[in-house]
Amino acid sequence: MARERNNVFNNLDWTLVIIYLVLVLMGWLNIYAAVYNEDHNSIFDLSQSYGKQMLWIITSLFIGLVILLTDARFFSTFAYLIYGITILSLVAVLLVGSEVSGSKSWFEIGGFRLQPAEFAKFATNLAIARFFSGQHINVKDFKTRVIPLILLGIPGLLILLQNDTGSALVYSSFILVLYRMGMSGNLLLAGALVVIIALSTLMVGHIYVSGLLVILAGLLFAFMKRNRRNIINLLALLIMGIGFTFSVEYVVDNFLGEHQKTRINVLLGKELDLKGAGYNVNQSKIAIGSGGFLGKGYLNGTQTKYNFVPEQSTDFIFCTVGEEWGFAGSLVIIVLFLYFLTRIVTLAERQRSDFSRIYGYGVAAILFFHFMINIGMTIGLVPVIGIPLPFFSYGGSSLWAFTILVFIFIKQDANRNALL
Amino acid sequence: MANKSLASRKQTVIAIFLATGIIFLGRLFYLQIIDDSYELSANNNVLRYVTQYPARGLIYDRNGKLLVYNEAVYDLMVLPRQVKDIDTLEFCRLLDITPEGFVQRMKKARDYSRFKPSLFEKQISKETYGYLEEKMYRFPGFFVQPRTLRKYPEPMGAHLLGYVGEVNQSIIDKDPYYKSGDYIGISGIEKSYEEDLRGRKGIKIRMVDVHNREVGSFQNGLYDTLAVMGKDLYLTIDAELQQYGELLMQGKMGSVVAIEPSSGEILAFLSSPTYDPNLLVGRVRGKNFSELSKDPVKPLLNRAMMGQYPPGSTFKMVNDLVGLQEGVLNTRTHYTCQGPGSSPIRCTHHHQSPLDVYIAIQQSCNPFHWQVYRSILNNPRRKNVKENYTAWRNHVMSMGFGHKLGTDMQFELSGNIPSAEKFDAIYGKGRWNAMTVRSLSIGQGEILVTPLQLANSAAVMANRGYYFVPHVVKSIGVNETRNEKFNKVTSTIDPAYFEIAVEGMRQVATMGTARWYQIEDITMCGKTGTAENPHGKDHSLFMAFAPADQPVIAIAVIIENSGFGSTWALPVASLMIEKYIKREVSRKDIEERMINGKLY
Repeated sequence: MARERNNVFNNLDWTLVIIYLVLVLMGWLNIYAAVYNEDHNSIFDLSQSYGKQMLWIITSLFIGLVILLTDARFFSTFAYLIYGITILSLVAVLLVGSEVSGSKSWFEIGGFRLQPAEFAKFATNLAIARFFSGQHINVKDFKTRVIPLILLGIPGLLILLQNDTGSALVYSSFILVLYRMGMSGNLLLAGALVVIIALSTLMVGHIYVSGLLVILAGLLFAFMKRNRRNIINLLALLIMGIGFTFSVEYVVDNFLGEHQKTRINVLLGKELDLKGAGYNVNQSKIAIGSGGFLGKGYLNGTQTKYNFVPEQSTDFIFCTVGEEWGFAGSLVIIVLFLYFLTRIVTLAERQRSDFSRIYGYGVAAILFFHFMINIGMTIGLVPVIGIPLPFFSYGGSSLWAFTILVFIFIKQDANRNALL
Repeated sequence: MANKSLASRKQTVIAIFLATGIIFLGRLFYLQIIDDSYELSANNNVLRYVTQYPARGLIYDRNGKLLVYNEAVYDLMVLPRQVKDIDTLEFCRLLDITPEGFVQRMKKARDYSRFKPSLFEKQISKETYGYLEEKMYRFPGFFVQPRTLRKYPEPMGAHLLGYVGEVNQSIIDKDPYYKSGDYIGISGIEKSYEEDLRGRKGIKIRMVDVHNREVGSFQNGLYDTLAVMGKDLYLTIDAELQQYGELLMQGKMGSVVAIEPSSGEILAFLSSPTYDPNLLVGRVRGKNFSELSKDPVKPLLNRAMMGQYPPGSTFKMVNDLVGLQEGVLNTRTHYTCQGPGSSPIRCTHHHQSPLDVYIAIQQSCNPFHWQVYRSILNNPRRKNVKENYTAWRNHVMSMGFGHKLGTDMQFELSGNIPSAEKFDAIYGKGRWNAMTVRSLSIGQGEILVTPLQLANSAAVMANRGYYFVPHVVKSIGVNETRNEKFNKVTSTIDPAYFEIAVEGMRQVATMGTARWYQIEDITMCGKTGTAENPHGKDHSLFMAFAPADQPVIAIAVIIENSGFGSTWALPVASLMIEKYIKREVSRKDIEERMINGKLY
């Protein structure tokens, strides 16, 4: 037992651990700056969010340590059980949870709130890894294609029912995992195309996009090998594409809420509602943009500290980075995140066990999705979707959940030599 | 087990990560480094430029007695751009204004500028101020600006001190120092010393949070500028004398100006009827101003500098001095006077005849002065009457008549000593002579003087030939003395001749028209005047200086439509001189009669 414990720390990928610690610390510094107030400056002041966040960080480190000391096989063995429990809690929160700013996704325990949707991310990742590491996996098999979608769909739907669209969308990030598992690259491309077509349709209207699609199809027709199969495929794609452009507007007009519509319109520059839906993004851009190259200096940000940016310690925490640390600071954070993500993917590839590798990809995919959406929205590249920036945003549930997510992978990686 | 081709998909995944990162960095580079409009927006969000208004300089009299000070009031300002989502009705109720009034004020403010603060309601009460300060966060875009208002502990010298009012658009357009709602001196020394009194505004850059609450200073006040308080003024005015003069002049229309001959310092400067300067301060100013301007006795008119009167007999020595200088008159010259029936100018007095220049001044003999005047204009030394008249006029003007003296107060009028050209225009070239313009010899006709000029001529007599430009400010602050800014002006008349005129004036006070108002122990030299007034009863005039040998005060008193110079103007001047020199007036009966005289 003692030897194995030594093994864990000897084989630990310290790069990941250190970047994790750096990001968490930077996150805390930014929360402190975002709500900084000369009257309360004890870092453990539990009435202030940075005080609470300090508590979350300490408990997170403890959780990380516990995970490192746990038998690596525990997570693969009990993956489905953990998944099941999480699904049950997602159901339970719908029944007995309390509503916070429109989302019914919180358990109130004492003075603290717990958000099961955060934990569902790693649990689902465990289940997906477990499924793909099974014995009879064949990507051509219908069952192999459908079951992951069900595993992802259940939490996604439940979270959607909680009215937490952002967290539900996280499950779309597993497309990267599926891609790594053998899903056709065309699907990834198709996914990207869907997003591009959808956005351009909203921007210029379906008539022009349809026209463009027809021209593209014509060009393809002119240069491709014209056999029967290709022509049928091309026609099918064209019809689907045009149908899609029409459906985009229909869906936006009929299924999205008013605020989601305005958020999209604001992003696309079709609407300039600086006092309403556009306020957040505009103020966020002002805060970041006013940072300049080196920023205004730590604790000297004015836009975030004086509450011009809403949600400045949670979803818009990156504004503080941009304002106080400037382009230089933003660059450091983005490079750290990118390095963290590529490191995870690289480590994942060196795993001997399928479970560890697939889990690793899941970790990277989930973190990447948060990174992309969160920073993207603060700089006005992505519609406002309320999900946290991993390790940075204030919030106990998300920090705990990201810690668990990452440390299970670190543990698996540290244990890679013990297998086989 | 790992599929080699699938493992290579790692590259694609990493490429997606990096592409996203590069897009983000590109965007951040644009937002943070290339596009600086965000920095501007950030400053607009958070910085509030609060003007620090300096207190206006205080005003003291020559003895250090406080005449004007400041009182703090609060103006409610509005920054239209920041006004949003406020409870208008609640706000109106708080300020006790109507919703229409609110809309109107907002429109005015917006028309001025959406980005610069405008005055919304001036001088709100202390209670309203207290309440507003607490609820300010509910009314974004509004803030309170402390200001100061003028206060006068003892109301006096209204015309001299002038008043302060809000700047109008044309001032704002001309001078970038002033912003909407600022105050500026509009008349009197408030206007002429505006730049010294106003001080310098400062700017305090405050940071506000999203709720428009102040959260501190910007960069610890690095870019703040302190307001510099206005400089205090020490006047040449003797407050006690000024007040005494106003008391004597109550119920009378006219003016009293007293000057220290040796320096040109104005000791008293008053125009009657006057008004309480406190009436033209603050919210009540507009109402009171329109009431005062409608008053038929014109209390707003500064008669001391803007009232122009024929000097009458007070002008006779001036004419004599020119005669002496021109060589057509000496102490041995005698002219006969045919008494009340004399022609073309009647003598109004009974006295010996023929008479010399001393008696002529003492008895204010009209025919004598007419003879002198005629000899000047018919002097064979020059080509013609016109040239002689021009010489006469130049001598007269050198004693401070017919032009602005250049005092440090605004809106001085120049009086009138008509030019030869003027007579040419009226009568035709070469078609006028001494006879035509004879009225000038006794200070009538076209000739007009202001009380200030008359007092100044008394100073010229006192100094035997020169004056210092009269002024009312002795020093700016304690050190910056002003006397040297006001030049000595020497007349074209030889000082020796002044002794003759002065002797005549001395006899006026001892034996002549002023003998009933001699002051014990003080030799006064003076001259009465009763100026014919084409519009009504004669004006009563008196000009004098005292003591005869080392004069400390030169004075002119003009009381409109009150008859003989010796009836009203003389006793008032005599009491003023006594008050100034002895600080105490012993002739209580005269004093009482003057104070109680109601002449309009």
